[in-house]
Amino acid sequence: MKITYLDNISATPLHPQVKEAIVKYIEKDGFGNPLSQHRVGDGAMETLEDARTKVAQLIKANPQEIIFSSGGTESTNHAIKGVAFAKAKKGKHIITSNIEHQSVARPLRVLMRMGYEVTSVGVDQHGVIDPEEVKKAIRDDTILVSIMHANNEIGTIEPIAEIGKIVKARNITFHSDAVASCGNIPTDVDVLGVDLLSIAANQFYGPSGIGALYIRPKTQIFPLIDGGTQEGGRRAGTPNMLGIVGMGKAAELARIEMPQRTEHLLKLRKALIERLKTIDEIYINGHPEKCLPGFLSFSVAYVEGESMTMMLDEEGIAVSTRSACASGSLRASHVLIATGSDYALAQGTLLFSFGIDNTFEDMDKAVDSLRKSVEFLRNMSPLYKKK
Amino acid sequence: MQYSEIALEHFKNPRNVGKIENPDGIGEVGNPICGDMMTITIKVKDEKIDDIKFNTFGCGAAIAVSSMVTEMAKGKKLEEAMKITNEAVAESLGGLPKNKLHCSNLGADALHKAIMDYYARKEGKAHIHEPVEYIGEREGKCYCPYCDTEMPEQTPVCKKCGKPVVEH
Repeated sequence: MKITYLDNISATPLHPQVKEAIVKYIEKDGFGNPLSQHRVGDGAMETLEDARTKVAQLIKANPQEIIFSSGGTESTNHAIKGVAFAKAKKGKHIITSNIEHQSVARPLRVLMRMGYEVTSVGVDQHGVIDPEEVKKAIRDDTILVSIMHANNEIGTIEPIAEIGKIVKARNITFHSDAVASCGNIPTDVDVLGVDLLSIAANQFYGPSGIGALYIRPKTQIFPLIDGGTQEGGRRAGTPNMLGIVGMGKAAELARIEMPQRTEHLLKLRKALIERLKTIDEIYINGHPEKCLPGFLSFSVAYVEGESMTMMLDEEGIAVSTRSACASGSLRASHVLIATGSDYALAQGTLLFSFGIDNTFEDMDKAVDSLRKSVEFLRNMSPLYKKK
Repeated sequence: MQYSEIALEHFKNPRNVGKIENPDGIGEVGNPICGDMMTITIKVKDEKIDDIKFNTFGCGAAIAVSSMVTEMAKGKKLEEAMKITNEAVAESLGGLPKNKLHCSNLGADALHKAIMDYYARKEGKAHIHEPVEYIGEREGKCYCPYCDTEMPEQTPVCKKCGKPVVEH
């Protein structure tokens, strides 16, 4: 069966040129340790620094401000715990939002058990954070603000640049989880005003298991992983060279192709919204304009999300109810509840995240299959009253 | 996919879907806040379940459980049907993923409630089932997705197994 893949938020397919770059590297030497003091090591070092430059260019940073990690989760953990530990003497108050990914929310919960205090700011019905709320939450002992760039469940883009100005004026460290956004929308560390930025390659057609953390010079932060002197002593461990080669290439392609990609994805998004209107009582989540281009979250009344994904899977349509990281949970999405969505409606939420390979035919096929699934499940639902 | 072949088959081709008009008993459990809600209606003849139908709002497991429990109860004497356990339903489905075990509770509960409702009506008592509102104002039961222990709505971690159950 040909699979129509509409779950790019879980992981994007590898770009053919990324695959090619990785294979080329394997065939060339493919094993060298960049820290070795001989020419095999030198070759690897050159490859490593080339990739670092490409990642830096994607977010308009300097290469030495980038460290590679094992993915988005390591980067966010590093940013949050690293700053919390480094600045513990200064204060123990951290500000975040109530729609963050678990890789931010959970480390913060761990810190709370260690005596840190966390203030979570809320969102409006579109999932947008009010910078004024962040301002109000700032205290004299606030050491870190961590707010996501774009939400991974509803696609809303947050006013990071505005929040950045407020946070900077108070001399507080500012981290943004840009895993869902970076590579898909323009992400400039100076425009955003961030000190730390977490990104992951599997959100822009690079491999899974590789990410990066941007660290602005002079940021007070401890390493998360201690050991050797790799990454300027900020992240120990022999670098994952295959992943890094893939991430470098993916970053380069994302930077160059972003305008064309965005145009295509926005067209697909519009087409999808039009087609969804042909099914009764579907409610679109997130912000109408400030949203990731390849992304649409919507709630279907009277039915539950997982049963819809199972039916769609039978038809060869791969979608999710929310981010893959949270799919084991049975609770209604904390993000949708934060936007004021009704619990029952939140349970019927689907996430279509599409990519550069998707077509208008894919949207037709997906909505046709969805219509069938919804009809089948509503027919079975005690909540549904036929009109 | 984490479901067994049998569970998947019941999900794709659920048996006994619908609502019996003028039923002899109604059993309604769960609520949409927790993501599952099930209504079972029965028709009784000679103290046997002559006909049984279900309506379910819920995940794949909840639908498979509904289908299986109605199949298991159909034609059975009421007292035998009362003995159908959650474990038996889950077992007949070839097992359920651990975080979906609570769905099997709903199936057996709904069946037992429908039978109790039948007895209550027979004795001339009012219906014991209360209709569940769509907008879930009512505080419903939720279960730990890992160890299946009932827990209050706002607990961040399960009291029994200690696993985190709220996403934020």
